[in-house]
Amino acid sequence: MNEKLLLKYDHIPGINTLAVYRQHNGYTSLEKALKTLKPDEVVEEVKKSGLRGRGGAGFPTGMKWSFLAKPEGVPRYLVCNADESEPGTFKDRYLMERIPHLLVEGMIIASYALGANASYIYVRGEYYYIIKILQKAIKEAYAAGLLGKNILGSGFDLDLYVQPGGGAYICGEETALLESLEGKRGNPRIKPPFPAVAGLWGRPTVVNNVETIAAVVPIIQDGGDAYAKIGVGKSTGTKLISASGHINKPGVYEIELGVPVEEFIYSEQYCGGIRNGKKLKAVVAGGSSVPILPTELILKTAKGEPRLMTYESLSDGGFATGTMLGSGGFIVMDEDTSIVKNLFTFARFYRHESCGQCSPCREGTAWMEKIIKKFIDGKANMADIDLLWDVQSKIEGKTICPLGEAAAWPVAAAIRHFRHEFEAYVRNPQSINEVKHYYRLNNLVEA
Amino acid sequence: MTTSEIKFNDEAQKKVQEILAQYPNDKSKSALLPLLHLAQAEFDGWLSPETMDYIASILNIQAIEVYEVATFYSMFNLKPVANYLIEICQTSSCWMCGAEDIVRYLEKKLNVAVGEPTQDGMFQIKTVECLGSCGTAPMFQIGDKYYENLTFEKIDAILEDLRKENKRSRYV
Amino acid sequence: MAKVTIDDITIVVPDGTTILHAARMIDEQHGTNIAPPTMCYYSKLKATGGYCRTCIVNVTQGSEKDPRPMPKPVASCRTTVMDGMVVKNNTSPELLEARAGVVEFLLLNHPLDCPVCDQAGECHLQDLSYENGKEGSRFEFPKREVEPDDLGDKIKLNMNRCILCYRCVKVCDQITDGRVHGVLYRGDHAEISTYIEKAIDNDFSGNVIDVCPVGALTDKTFRFKSRVWFTKPVDAHRNCAHEKCSGKVRLWFKGDDVLRVTARKDRWGEVEEFICNECRFDKKSKHDWEIEGPSIISHHSVINQNHYTLGKLQLGIKNQIKHLNGTKIDLGEGALNPNNIEK
Repeated sequence: MNEKLLLKYDHIPGINTLAVYRQHNGYTSLEKALKTLKPDEVVEEVKKSGLRGRGGAGFPTGMKWSFLAKPEGVPRYLVCNADESEPGTFKDRYLMERIPHLLVEGMIIASYALGANASYIYVRGEYYYIIKILQKAIKEAYAAGLLGKNILGSGFDLDLYVQPGGGAYICGEETALLESLEGKRGNPRIKPPFPAVAGLWGRPTVVNNVETIAAVVPIIQDGGDAYAKIGVGKSTGTKLISASGHINKPGVYEIELGVPVEEFIYSEQYCGGIRNGKKLKAVVAGGSSVPILPTELILKTAKGEPRLMTYESLSDGGFATGTMLGSGGFIVMDEDTSIVKNLFTFARFYRHESCGQCSPCREGTAWMEKIIKKFIDGKANMADIDLLWDVQSKIEGKTICPLGEAAAWPVAAAIRHFRHEFEAYVRNPQSINEVKHYYRLNNLVEA
Repeated sequence: MTTSEIKFNDEAQKKVQEILAQYPNDKSKSALLPLLHLAQAEFDGWLSPETMDYIASILNIQAIEVYEVATFYSMFNLKPVANYLIEICQTSSCWMCGAEDIVRYLEKKLNVAVGEPTQDGMFQIKTVECLGSCGTAPMFQIGDKYYENLTFEKIDAILEDLRKENKRSRYV
Repeated sequence: MAKVTIDDITIVVPDGTTILHAARMIDEQHGTNIAPPTMCYYSKLKATGGYCRTCIVNVTQGSEKDPRPMPKPVASCRTTVMDGMVVKNNTSPELLEARAGVVEFLLLNHPLDCPVCDQAGECHLQDLSYENGKEGSRFEFPKREVEPDDLGDKIKLNMNRCILCYRCVKVCDQITDGRVHGVLYRGDHAEISTYIEKAIDNDFSGNVIDVCPVGALTDKTFRFKSRVWFTKPVDAHRNCAHEKCSGKVRLWFKGDDVLRVTARKDRWGEVEEFICNECRFDKKSKHDWEIEGPSIISHHSVINQNHYTLGKLQLGIKNQIKHLNGTKIDLGEGALNPNNIEK
């Protein structure tokens, strides 16, 4: 139980260097792929593994790879989405910082599978120090003949580059990322065409999340079938969970998909329970955009079954009583947390990050932030709750890219499960100052 | 600063060439974001119109294409900033763990409001959205460095160190 | 070829046709009024559309082969038809509600300064909100305000009215040699600007005025001279020396004076042929032009208050009346008031 595939060696000193990485099976998967597998066979292993995109959408990776158009004489590209920006998510950063070579090795194998001879890792600009770590790892790999011409004598050539973003959550959307990589504003493209047909510079492109690419390494190492045996049902393998908020042990955990949520929150192996002996109030289980669930619904499904950390179990009950695994950004809130105030930070975030290209998102995210602010300021009335509900419903599904939904869902879920809190802000505005908004840091600042 | 002074030094020129080599020859516009980062680091921590025009000339694109991009991304400063831009994350987990206190503490300690530089031009506070440091909240970023699990004592020590260092922070 | 049914009317169109164009073809053939409204799409320019979301429609059957409905409304301007596709526009109350939501978003920060806006009377946002919006606004916060800006001595930019359709950006990208303005900043701060004050200085720059669906870009040579409905549009042409300019224009007369020159627009409000700045800004005498005759202006336009032509136009209106389903529209006593025409 709980075999680690990605973070097996994350605490080994010097694992960020090529030498130490190689001492721990580093680049043996690459060697296996280049020497014993044809590109299509690599794709086949990934299909067999059941690996699903770890960036949030959970689309089967092998299928995505097989969609890649392969017109004669046209270069194709692999682009790694390292624009990790979904609030609550920091697993890719951890992986790249600790074990940069795991990503580099995964990039080489995946590029080989897809027939890409130039690949890019697009890293959010704020992670500039990570960019430097990756660049160092890539330099080491070039020097060792793991990148460049005729890698390990296989005849396969690959150049791997790191591209910085400029500070824009929207560039995590794959077509916005490609626009940004082309030196433009990060405006999502209107699809079709999809990147598999016309991606980077109009050429066929696959965009995969960091963790997805990294998972290719153990899949090739042990075979797709072995990987598929880990996990539950269609949620195969392991998943990196970024745990944050009011827990005793925040951090990145690699879990086998299928761990019960309750165990994840309370066991010493993972989050270690709620900080300061408080009670659990709510969890945002998969990054800011997925619906928040109150204690009773995050620990158990509406049917009363224990909720598991899998794609299926977390979404059991649809949005009425369920949520999503998303990017694995697991934000835990204790009994003192104001759901409305937390929602405000999400709303502010989405307003700030809307690209402004399409009207429902551009105007709607700003409007929602203003309405939620009214509650916090004690100036809202009951009708504002319904207005807020209506505004989010007018954004959801009407926008070019999923940012519209990402902004609307948390608002809808907060009203769905915590309407009484909005009402409390309306009923008793003068008591707002007494509402415990957040932890007082070090208890040094007077409320 | 006048236009004539906007020119990368030899070391930066070398970096420009390295960056341009990352893309096919006819796709050099892709170098825009890396070059803007480099230019911001080289030319006083912000992008003046002259700096942006200079980048446009390197890439042989219209100036407006540079303005459009520079104004889109939150990391590019369009006005001069203090030596140390303290970027405090305020989203969800950071908020839950005391980001507002960090802002208030810094405002009080530096005697400035968010957005204003200190009189000596040393520090400036900026509130930003999620920096992917939720598990080590509260935090702020200065240049490419993350300062995590902040406490007031830590902040005091950080500011003191930076005052001694007295160098413009940079991402690149 | 693909067979597509929109609001219960079936048409066969070439493969690759968008839903919007199929709907426009139905309207052109049947005299119906089912084409979705557009604010950002522009058939005369490449790669427009998809931004404003006013042309969204529900696809209730994807195709003959795969009859599943599409899960979300789609932008009809950017979605191509499939054989056997079934689309609902005006016949879907949920869709009309969603579109009303889009209209509300577009008006959220719009100043509603129609009484002092030169575009009033030929403003697509006015038409859109009249036909697809709801009364009143639920937005109770201060509207965004940006200082008015000039794009040179001929073009006025009023960013507050802008709905960020990107048409002016595409015009400059596609028919001028070098764009100096663009969309800056992002999200609700996004704005059209030159960043540092620069004039749009190009022989074809004036076309940004014609493609602007609202009063964000207006002709300074016409500024505050007259409400458009007090002027009479007349089609005219001249031999323009500019090789890319057709010289086919619309002159807007008040008495004997040409108050402004624009390109001619089709029934969808789109420029037929782009014109040069010389024709637009410098040829303001009727002697510069060969007059062809009064322009055909769509029946619903207030410009028809200045009714001066009947015939074909009136016939068109009679066709439209069939689809009014008995609703009375109070347009006053004019001869072109559909209510005054014998049914």
